[in-house]
Amino acid sequence: MRTTITVNGEARSLDLDPRTTLLDALREHLKLTGPKKGCDHGQCGACTVLVNGVRINACLSLAVMHDGDEVTSIEGLGAADRLHPMQQAFLKHDAFQCGYCTPGQICSAVAVLSEIEADVPSHAGDVAERARLTAEELRERMSGNICRCSAYPQIIDAILDAAGATS
Amino acid sequence: MKAFTYERASDARGAVEAVVNTPGARFIAGGTNLLDLMKLEIEQPQHLVDVSRLPIAGIEDTDEGGLRIGAMATNTRVASDSRVRARYRVLSQAIVSGASGQLRNKATTGGNLLQRTRCPYFYDTSKPCNKRRPGDGCAAIAGHIRESAILGASTACIAVHPSDMAVALVALDAEVETLSPAGHARRFPLMELHRLPGDTPHLETHLIPGELITAVVLPPPPPGGQQYRKARDRASYATAHASVAIAGGRIALGGLAHKPWRAVDAEAALADGASPAEAMARELKDAALRDENAFKVPLATRLVAATIAEAQAQAGAGRDA
Repeated sequence: MRTTITVNGEARSLDLDPRTTLLDALREHLKLTGPKKGCDHGQCGACTVLVNGVRINACLSLAVMHDGDEVTSIEGLGAADRLHPMQQAFLKHDAFQCGYCTPGQICSAVAVLSEIEADVPSHAGDVAERARLTAEELRERMSGNICRCSAYPQIIDAILDAAGATS
Repeated sequence: MKAFTYERASDARGAVEAVVNTPGARFIAGGTNLLDLMKLEIEQPQHLVDVSRLPIAGIEDTDEGGLRIGAMATNTRVASDSRVRARYRVLSQAIVSGASGQLRNKATTGGNLLQRTRCPYFYDTSKPCNKRRPGDGCAAIAGHIRESAILGASTACIAVHPSDMAVALVALDAEVETLSPAGHARRFPLMELHRLPGDTPHLETHLIPGELITAVVLPPPPPGGQQYRKARDRASYATAHASVAIAGGRIALGGLAHKPWRAVDAEAALADGASPAEAMARELKDAALRDENAFKVPLATRLVAATIAEAQAQAGAGRDA
């Protein structure tokens, strides 16, 4: 099935079996291997990408349902010679060991800051109040991204740092 | 995943007709639950009708002073809506206590209601399950499972409904709007959407095949405080062992039954002056307990007492403000 998705700013036209997930379209068809296949069931968050600026699990979405959408993967956030502030913060704070979950962590973290800015509530705060940027909030909001190396404290430090640097 | 064909619907009527007229067809919206189950081949639709772009994602004020939430409104959108947060805080709280940020961005209001149980034996295709194959038997009943029902279970199924959102909606006396295969719109209480398992646990709702949920309608908020509270194994991103939604004098319970459970006996007892513990003793008098889920009785009882106190404190703070 013919599907056109704008990926990292470039329109890409693909002929896909309807079963193809957005994750498999990115990895296997477009050879963008930044988004990772961890659990393939929406539990680990390693596949997190931004669709129209909103973070989702690319493994739990059919590519054909994203015709016309704009997808940003870790490759679209930054590159080695022009790192995104969140990528720089992850390096500075040593917020990973094996690195497998890191693309998803970084995409998720970028979106979390947007969500707080847009006043999306979370379980860590009072829904009646404006969303706040605190370590406790970030731990809750990042709970869909698992790091089996358990770099969680450094990940929170990195996000707080990036938020300060970009605010 | 089994092969299927796909089409995108442009209007609700067309979506319903497509599902009715195509063998093995299902609606797909956010897809976060359906695709998970399709990968495991627990769900095997032959045709998917994509309803995710239908223009029923808005949240509107109703003439009665409530809100109509379009079925395609994402969980994030509903939880973030300023009217929901100000007047139906229990709904916002329930939504953000479930799933992860990524899933809430994709999951829809209608899909959340129709998500399937997380019973581990339902997910384990090497074990019999009456939901997966009617008449197969239930491995959970002879198995080890803490996350099983204590209310309304049957000899065919002890699974629980996993939604947090639905528990809050039941406490808010929400109604569901649907479009039937005959093209008729109908509206009925959300409490009447889900079934108890009985001997047909594969039938989870009273929707007829091809019927599409188009909206959830909230009546004006009841007087009094609102609060949602959930107990689970992890601090985040886990389903409830028990949860409680309080909306004024109304109580709904999650994690205890095959459907979001409106605690009418407890509500009546509280209205008669009983303590929360006495009220819950009355609500749970027919609870069917197993060694591994008996902890849900004291857990739910204490949750109700604590959540009522929080709701009252919240209502008082609202008056003072």
